[in-house]
Amino acid sequence: MLNVKEMLEELNASPYEEIEINTPHTGVVEFVGLNAGDRVTGPSGKWLERPGTLLAHLTRERNKKPIYATQKGQVMDIRSELEGKFVEAGERLLTIRHFLSKEEVIGRILKKALHLFCAPERAKYYFVPEIDAKIKAGGEQSVKVREGLDMFIVSRMKRETPLSYSGPEGIIYAVYFQQGDNVDGGQPLIGVCPENQLSLIQDVVNRVQGEWEERD
Amino acid sequence: MDIDKRTQELAARLTYIQDIFGQRENSSVALLRTRLEEFLEQAAHLGMRELSRQVAKLEELFSLLEGKLEVELTPMDRVRIVRHPQRVSLKDILENVYDNYTEIGGQDEWSIDPGIIIARATIARRMGKKTVHQSVMVIGQEKGHGQEFRNGGSIKPWGNANALYYMRVAEIENIPIHSYVFTPGAFPVEDYPGAAQQIAKNLYVMAGLRVPIISVFSEGGSGGAEAIALADKRLMLSHGYYSVISPEGAAAIEGGLKGKATPELIAQCAERLRITASDNLELGFIDRVVQEPPLGARPEHYDFFRKLRREVIRATDEVVDAVEALGPLRGMAIRRQGKSLDPQDIFVRWSLGQSARKKLVRRRFDKFRAMSRSACRDNRTLGARIYSSLEGMLWSAHSTLRHDFLAPHKRRLLRMLEAAEAELRALRQGVGGPLGKLLGLGDGQQRRLEVPPEALERLTNLSCPEEGPCRLEDSWVYVSPKSREDRTLTCPNAPTHGCLDLWSPDLFGEFAGVCSHCGHHFSLEFQWYLYNVFDFASAYEFNRELESGNPLSYEGFDLKLEQAKRKTGLGSSCITFETRIEGVTTVVAVLVSPFRGGTVGAAEGEKIIRAAERAMLKRAPFILYSHGTAGIRIQEGTCGVIQMPRVTMAVRRYIEAGGLYLVLYDTNSYAGPVASFLGCSPYQFAVRSSNIGFAGPGVIFETTGVEVPPKYHRAFSALSRGHIQGIWDRRDIKKNLHQALLTMGGKNLYYR
Repeated sequence: MLNVKEMLEELNASPYEEIEINTPHTGVVEFVGLNAGDRVTGPSGKWLERPGTLLAHLTRERNKKPIYATQKGQVMDIRSELEGKFVEAGERLLTIRHFLSKEEVIGRILKKALHLFCAPERAKYYFVPEIDAKIKAGGEQSVKVREGLDMFIVSRMKRETPLSYSGPEGIIYAVYFQQGDNVDGGQPLIGVCPENQLSLIQDVVNRVQGEWEERD
Repeated sequence: MDIDKRTQELAARLTYIQDIFGQRENSSVALLRTRLEEFLEQAAHLGMRELSRQVAKLEELFSLLEGKLEVELTPMDRVRIVRHPQRVSLKDILENVYDNYTEIGGQDEWSIDPGIIIARATIARRMGKKTVHQSVMVIGQEKGHGQEFRNGGSIKPWGNANALYYMRVAEIENIPIHSYVFTPGAFPVEDYPGAAQQIAKNLYVMAGLRVPIISVFSEGGSGGAEAIALADKRLMLSHGYYSVISPEGAAAIEGGLKGKATPELIAQCAERLRITASDNLELGFIDRVVQEPPLGARPEHYDFFRKLRREVIRATDEVVDAVEALGPLRGMAIRRQGKSLDPQDIFVRWSLGQSARKKLVRRRFDKFRAMSRSACRDNRTLGARIYSSLEGMLWSAHSTLRHDFLAPHKRRLLRMLEAAEAELRALRQGVGGPLGKLLGLGDGQQRRLEVPPEALERLTNLSCPEEGPCRLEDSWVYVSPKSREDRTLTCPNAPTHGCLDLWSPDLFGEFAGVCSHCGHHFSLEFQWYLYNVFDFASAYEFNRELESGNPLSYEGFDLKLEQAKRKTGLGSSCITFETRIEGVTTVVAVLVSPFRGGTVGAAEGEKIIRAAERAMLKRAPFILYSHGTAGIRIQEGTCGVIQMPRVTMAVRRYIEAGGLYLVLYDTNSYAGPVASFLGCSPYQFAVRSSNIGFAGPGVIFETTGVEVPPKYHRAFSALSRGHIQGIWDRRDIKKNLHQALLTMGGKNLYYR
């Protein structure tokens, strides 16, 4: 049984994720004047083409390389003692505390609470007509799934094969793909939750939506 | 009622004047404003007669002061006139200049590109009592008095493609084309057919279009204008502008403050670029100026439309007169039209005969060939010039004798011998049996050719251990000075491809600047290509004395030019030479990136044209290697932009004469050159990791608001779009060029 209370308490106690920035290889470290508590941003732009905040430079064999922030957050204990020192690969330079957004929190909860049924190979996926009709009429959560149920049509290279559901019985909570789009192997197609937990999950999601405070 | 209307018109005229003069304080504008305000205050207390008198007085004052203000117009004011929503647009011209028209390129927003209007129009000419309707194809950009969907007359690639299609239709139907240029510039997206690529195609086709083309400039913004303006007669409206770049764009480059250039700097740039009609007339890029009413033509100026009608008819008549044998009286009358006669009174049929069509294209080439010739510095001595022209004449004579006179005979003889040999072989094969034996022709069995022993040895002994390791890669004649740095470099693809750091002497020495893991090409100096690909050490460089100048006396540019010359040791960004690639004599032009970003001005254009002419004369292939070009040199203004049609015409002439014109792109090639003489080649290749396009991502975002993905301009994207034909590894260029020489090319290449 899903312990929502515990899960939320756990998230509330540490509403962030700590990202360690380590040196990718040996070299001399040169920080750029950041202090603990400074805010940094991750890669941005439509294609994430603009790198995040510059954190430090690492010079090896006269090749000065920038090290950028990989996530948005706050700089924690920066290891200023390494300034100008030669370090080995994998040495921690600083830690970024990345505060979780609503979407990230919901994603984490759903990951624990739902059973994800993933695509076995890269192909286009469609629901079988009966299920498709049901989803269109009554929404995703109107469909009950059970082991062995013929759910999908896998279309690849003009060859269409049926795909049955395998996993615990329940109802579809979320659909993660667009019909007709190519889905990579291993990507989730649907998230299934036991029927009796549906209201519980919805409640948690609503609570997170309403109450979660984004720190930055 | 009438008074109200007239007052409103006066208020509109005042608003227009204020829009044109912008923030500038002007006593005449202030006077007009005060007088109008005074009148509006008093109006309620005046009788009808007095009102009418006052309005008439005010109208007179407006006309008087508009005339006075006209003299004070600065180039930037003219830019504002041209961009004003009340400026005449193509629709107004179609309505008022032509007698009838049907739009064929779409209607309003229901068009492949609503920014361009294509119409079949007619002009009625008198022939005694008879009226003859002469058809023309009208093509032009439409700004549409503020209609959003017209995109400000900025034409998308598919709009230009549509224009080109109908130009070809006009050629088939043998009717003249009247093109009207109302564009601030082309819409710089690379989606198929691609802004640069399409403009290049338009220029290439227009260079040989066998019908009269008349263009009228109102707003001639660089490449977008050229796409429809390569014409036999180029008219310009007196308040229009024709420029290589918008004054704002020039100011942004000049000031180095992207998007933050001050209005003063913008106005200065407008002045320095010499963009007005009178400037362009003086520089020789247009043939005639069509005078507009004071402060520019607006849709209500019907006299202006009458004048424009006369001018386009006259221009078309003149073009036809120059190539078609008209009667002597009509010819004289046409030449006198400018002075007194109304062109409508003389009838000239506008469809051309076969010989006239050929002559037309030749004259068009000569016209553009003569433009901007004095805009570059020719440092040759008189003796050198005489020697050069004598050499040209001798080569011409030699070429005519060898290739035009002797070669056909030689070809015929060879064909006869070939046919005779083939007959004999057939006899031996087919009649081999008893008759063959009887005739002593053998048994019809072909003997296998012996493999020469040295070839056998080459095939069987692949390595030569006694000669040490077989390392061909580091046998570069020229090695980049970067290879002397003792440091490592990181490949830009390292985050995605996991490339290891490369040691500079390895990378720039043996590896020729290519990442050994992912194949990314680090940029190299142009000398690397000159010596390793084109064997420059034994090449013959010509026209080195032709150097870039400052034809517009652009302030501060002389100094920058001198610096560039000192830094690179070159006189312009173009090097032209004759060399041998694996034994094949080839004419090569190289655009050099370190010299002012490889920009093309009058000197570069002239050098490329002369190189193409030399290749044509010597029946040699012509290779244009773009080591990098940022576009047309803006400080040369229209002297730069005119190189687009000029050079395109020269390479078309060379291609049509049967030559092979091959373009190779490297590093970054953008804008004008790509949209003309580089992009028009049927064989375009790129060195890996190069970028090709019309405008960079920053400019695309600023002008169109469209964000483009990071790899939008990469050679591989250009290849997918069909712009280029292949991507070459730097280390294989020489081999690939040789193969290209053997497998491509026109009929007149005698090296085969």
